[in-house]
Amino acid sequence: MMDIIDLKKKAAEIRIRLFQMIHNAKAGHTGGSLSNTDILTVLYYHTMRHNPQEPKWVERDRFIASKGHSVESLWCILADLGYFPKSELETFSQFGTRLIGHPNNKVPGIEMNTGALGHGLPISVGMALAGKRDHKDYRVFCLMGDGEQAEGSIWEAAMSASHYKLDNLVGIIDRNSLQISGNTENVMGLDPLDKKWEAFGWHVVSIDGNDIVSLMETFNSIPYTEGKPTLIIANTVKGKGVSFAENAIGWHHRVPSDEELALAIKELTEQIESLVSKEGQPHE
Amino acid sequence: MNKIANRQVICDTLMHLAKNNQDIIVLASDSRGSAAMGPFAEKYPNQFVEMGIAEQNLVGVAAGLAHSGKKPFITSPACFLSMRSIEQIKVDVAYSGTNVKLVGISGGVSYGALGMSHHSLQDIAVTRAIPGLAVMLPADRHETKKMTEALVHYDGGVYMRIGRNPVEDVYESDDYDFQIGKAVRLHEGTDATIIACGETVKVGLDACAILAQRGIRTRLVNMHTIKPLDTEEIIKAAKETGFIVTLEEHSIYGGLGAAVAETTSQHCPVPLKILGIPDEPPIAGKTAEVFNHYGISAGNVATIIEEGLRKEG
Repeated sequence: MMDIIDLKKKAAEIRIRLFQMIHNAKAGHTGGSLSNTDILTVLYYHTMRHNPQEPKWVERDRFIASKGHSVESLWCILADLGYFPKSELETFSQFGTRLIGHPNNKVPGIEMNTGALGHGLPISVGMALAGKRDHKDYRVFCLMGDGEQAEGSIWEAAMSASHYKLDNLVGIIDRNSLQISGNTENVMGLDPLDKKWEAFGWHVVSIDGNDIVSLMETFNSIPYTEGKPTLIIANTVKGKGVSFAENAIGWHHRVPSDEELALAIKELTEQIESLVSKEGQPHE
Repeated sequence: MNKIANRQVICDTLMHLAKNNQDIIVLASDSRGSAAMGPFAEKYPNQFVEMGIAEQNLVGVAAGLAHSGKKPFITSPACFLSMRSIEQIKVDVAYSGTNVKLVGISGGVSYGALGMSHHSLQDIAVTRAIPGLAVMLPADRHETKKMTEALVHYDGGVYMRIGRNPVEDVYESDDYDFQIGKAVRLHEGTDATIIACGETVKVGLDACAILAQRGIRTRLVNMHTIKPLDTEEIIKAAKETGFIVTLEEHSIYGGLGAAVAETTSQHCPVPLKILGIPDEPPIAGKTAEVFNHYGISAGNVATIIEEGLRKEG
């Protein structure tokens, strides 16, 4: 298992790779993939029980990307872990590729085809319910967007998850507060999001979703309450890690220019170098 | 007159099979009563999941269960299942390739005077356009049993629609060979062909009897599987009889008639009459009354065939 500095380095490497991939494909959801990179890094390199050599291992923890459009970080992580060859990332969004702009279960490591918003949590409830009925101890992690919270099907699923006491289910909201038309609170007000989920019977935790240590500690504490599903509001910055993309609405699906790519790589490489210089020192 | 509704048959069949197959799971949307699934829920509580009145979640959860190795059978009113949750059917079932059986109960105009909100007359059109989803309608209780048994062993998404009330038998027993995607010829003939599905098969059978008295030999094809479609049987009917009438408890747009027309027009064009519910909110009434109103009756079908043959001369 990776330590904190390794995880931070890994997240920066994934950000570089996804920026290159989107630049190469001339398509992609840049901002959302950058905001969820830390969450996915901790899940895949620290928290989840899984085996890239055996993607359908029955005891594996399940990950469902309900905000399927932010798939670039996921493709980069699955390739890095060996679910499929890294060279295949070059085919992202190209003619005939299986690495399309949403999760595709023709690719090892992807459970279900997602991308239509509001579908991930119901599917996850089904998987968690099957785990309970079969007395399996796997967990199901479902990553949702904040704009996605306006979908009614999420609340149908939320109701059923607490009804069936699915404490093996973890919902994570990538709360970057931006959606394609603007600030989430202007497009369709969500707050108080924590109170809403609590009212639906979930144990709610609100954390800094770009902080590796917070994410590790939070995932380690699940379930917080026996018999209750866990909902993590991961407060993130859209475009995180690349200064000019941070909190910039235009970067929802903007494609970086050659110059922007070079700048992003420089910035992220500096982050990695500063982490390397900290190696060997006591953890913060 | 048969008193056993097809929904009752599905419950009995699944109860029988669930005993030795713990992967079978029945899901309901506050519909265990209307689906006649109460006995199943009582006998196999660990293989029954109540989802409440929430059809999108119903289908999503079933897909998640199927992904985990279960064999979920959803039993929910056809009108809601095929419309409210159609995106979950398209994405979570068909596109993701999950083994979910969607049983639309009280289909067609079963709900009678409850109005268009409760009718399902577009469900065949919408489901048969989705890649990877099979679409089936059993004609009577015997076929319902055979179909349900076949679905347990069929790996993939299926939409199966049944009516609410008992229907008269068209088969004498369940002792016959049923195959998904293979139409059944229930009456032989060379003058014309009736192709029907679901409860209208009985109407077709009665029409064949009337026509036989008038010296017209009519073929009746029970197209219980609309997708994958038995195109071979349709082409044979066109080539060997030269005139086809289709019958369905569905809009005249996009259903069985349209599927037959797509086949004949491209492979063997012959005169074709599509009988179903016209493009309007259906009139209120019991199934037989509504069928009669729109000409889905043995007498009218016989007249159409007789006149059609006269025109052909």
